[in-house]
Amino acid sequence: MSGTLLRRDFLRVSAAAGGGLLLAFRWLPSARASEAPDAAAAAADFAPNAWVRIAPDGRVTVLINKAEMGQGVSTSLSMLLAEELDADWKMVGFELAPAGKDYVDPTMHMQVTGGSSSVANMSGPLRQAGATARAMLVAAAAKGWGVPEAQCITDSGTVIHAPSSRSRGYGELAVEAAVLPVPQDVPLKDPALYRLLGRPTPRLDTPDKVFGRATFALDVRRPGMLVAVVARSPVFGGKLKSFDDSAARAVPGVKQVVAIGSGVAVLASGFWAARRGRDALAVEWDLGPGATLSTDALREEYRQKAQTPGAVAWSVGDAASALAGAARTLTAEFELPYLAHATMEPLNAVAEVRADGTEVWAGSQFQTVDQAAAAQAAGCRPDQVTFHSTFLGGGFGRRANPTSDYVVEAVQCSKAAGVPVQLVWTREDDLHGGYYRPLWHARIAAGLDASGAITAWQHTIVGQSITAGTPFEPYTIKNGIDSTSVEGAIELPYAIPNAQVDLHTTQVPVTTLWWRSVGHTHTAFVVESFLDDLAHETGTDPLELRRRLLAAQPRWLGVLNLAAAKAGWGSPAPPGRARGLAVHHSFKTWVAHVAEVSLLEGVPRVHRVTSAVDCGRVVNPDGVKAQVEGAVGFGLTALLYSAITIQDGRVQQSNFHDYRMLRIHEMPEVEVHLVESSEPSTGIGEPGVPPVAPAVCNALFALTGKRIRRLPLRPEDLRA
Amino acid sequence: MPLDLEVNGRHVAVDVDAATPLLWVLRESLGLTGTKFGCGAAQCGACTVHVDGQAKRSCVLPVSAVAGKHVTTIEGLTGPVADALTAAWIEEDVPQCGWCQTGQIMSAAVLLGTNRAPGDADIDASMAGNICRCATYVRIRRAIHRASGKLGGAR
Repeated sequence: MSGTLLRRDFLRVSAAAGGGLLLAFRWLPSARASEAPDAAAAAADFAPNAWVRIAPDGRVTVLINKAEMGQGVSTSLSMLLAEELDADWKMVGFELAPAGKDYVDPTMHMQVTGGSSSVANMSGPLRQAGATARAMLVAAAAKGWGVPEAQCITDSGTVIHAPSSRSRGYGELAVEAAVLPVPQDVPLKDPALYRLLGRPTPRLDTPDKVFGRATFALDVRRPGMLVAVVARSPVFGGKLKSFDDSAARAVPGVKQVVAIGSGVAVLASGFWAARRGRDALAVEWDLGPGATLSTDALREEYRQKAQTPGAVAWSVGDAASALAGAARTLTAEFELPYLAHATMEPLNAVAEVRADGTEVWAGSQFQTVDQAAAAQAAGCRPDQVTFHSTFLGGGFGRRANPTSDYVVEAVQCSKAAGVPVQLVWTREDDLHGGYYRPLWHARIAAGLDASGAITAWQHTIVGQSITAGTPFEPYTIKNGIDSTSVEGAIELPYAIPNAQVDLHTTQVPVTTLWWRSVGHTHTAFVVESFLDDLAHETGTDPLELRRRLLAAQPRWLGVLNLAAAKAGWGSPAPPGRARGLAVHHSFKTWVAHVAEVSLLEGVPRVHRVTSAVDCGRVVNPDGVKAQVEGAVGFGLTALLYSAITIQDGRVQQSNFHDYRMLRIHEMPEVEVHLVESSEPSTGIGEPGVPPVAPAVCNALFALTGKRIRRLPLRPEDLRA
Repeated sequence: MPLDLEVNGRHVAVDVDAATPLLWVLRESLGLTGTKFGCGAAQCGACTVHVDGQAKRSCVLPVSAVAGKHVTTIEGLTGPVADALTAAWIEEDVPQCGWCQTGQIMSAAVLLGTNRAPGDADIDASMAGNICRCATYVRIRRAIHRASGKLGGAR
């Protein structure tokens, strides 16, 4: 990985406001850095910024360049820096960094949060930042005492000179350290000496969230701010034809009505007046071809497409010949619906477009992307947009939108109205307005030889590309294949000599987006369900079949065997219950789940999920467990309830009564086991999700003999 | 015409349309943003507050309906139950994104206010109206049991 990483190109220290030590690191792509080797020449480009601030009172503030959307980065990233700093954890806090080029992800070259990559990508830079700061504090103390640096050690925010029994706190040293030269390439700790990394560590953001003090974008208030609610096209791709706002303007509190890119915005003194004003608008839309769209028609179209091979995404051996020559073949088809992210905090943003610059407050997984889009909407340069990052009341990919929809709407409203505007989507707007996990259809076939060994595997996928037409296309689409459509299906770990995955990319006006674990949401369900079919077909225990096919894949086997052992696989399940398992690798992390289920009056009940995770060296074990617990609930919601359906171009779901979420009485017990590892740390926000649905459906198959091939699960599909 | 309200023990006068849901009066007129908007339809519980000690969904409750009543939000939740719950929530590290958590705590406070030793079925019955999209339910349950223990109600 280091070969593709950006290298540290510039490092600057200055006395921070308040007299603290401020370390600014600048990360540039290697190629660009080599074009401009002269750091002094490049210095003019750099805005001062910091990963860490140490105040004279000893408080350490870590700047978090990633979105805190519940996955715990504000704690895990702080831990990485604090470990190398030898900080006193009780004195460590964090701030959400604004958008800025100095905070771009060193691998993705943008300030984005996605792909469960935050810890993996930031571990190096943040540990280096901490180690460098520590070295400077040691140098400052040694200089003051007139002793060699090598005689000094650090412990919990203190530099100690043991031979003379002297010590000074980091806070006292901050000002002196700030004027010292910055050492280069400070060595990092031996992991055996870690005191913080790998220990269960309470989240730094918990108290504020418990007491209602955490600031989300919807909590931002600006002087003179109006609240905007927007009327958008009821169908995908519709355009505004005309509108009559006389009734809307008559609603008390409504101040302005403006046409913006996505529709008609009603601006009022508060949300309620804005929403009533929006409801009073009479809007005519040019609906266009989207008005005839229906998911039932799409499902049939996809099913037909799946009967023919698509563009080859991945191939080993010769799957077609092996299938033709197989002693037995097994074929199955699977359907998965459009899904909404339904973040608990409805989409919103605050924008303040002024003559001297624009400010935006938003919960964003795409800070620099949204900053650039805000600049375009405001008519200025990105560096003239101050983009304040707030907490996100859920992200799941929805707040990482290449079109920056909700941010652009806020900026357009503020620009048109000349006042600060808080743009708010209602829950209905959220469910109707896109963007969705695509609808998928898969057809999968396997060939078996006379002994029952799997000799052929062909997986045909039909669905929309998430990234076509976005700036991500050059990175994700190669030879017409969107890697996010086939991830988790290609590079099958199972030892099957002839295998092929092919793809039909469909063109549908429904707007789509990454949804927590992206392509793996459908591929893991299909692959792991079908593998269970094959186990049944060959009379093999599902665990045993996977063990055989994964004999050369130690990390797959590691989680599989751990989850199976902890779940008591092989021992009888409690009366009326059955177990199922699934294993999957996504975003460089391996997860296996064993689900234990029963039926209560024909309705599935998931009692327990036993999970095993290999995400390399664990930063915060409790954080990893929390993410897997949450992923189980998130995956169950999709399996049991979630479908966005469309008829006459209109999304049929509108709120949580018809787009149901799992509730507390439906939540299983979750037991999470971590594989001990010294491999590089990888992500955990998403990888727990993909194996949930297949593990549960495999358990239901063991219980009922009925295979779920269409999501969300319909209890009637479990009946005889 | 201004409405007189009592919120968190303080009397306040607000000049809003009487049909305005209490949620928006709390958040926008009174600056009490700890109460959250999730659905606007009493489906998710993020907006849960106490009205005369009962858990109410403030997103569908017209502000006129609470005139003369005691309204409590997360900012004004005090007393032994509040202390036990917030401490337990922190010790179990319940929140992820955090958006729904104040509503969860407000619902749990009503439960523990009437039943110091709730069983799992009691928790299900009292908490099923509060959605957590991050699915922190395992820890919500543990935190309620832990708070119950702090209040001397452990089973």
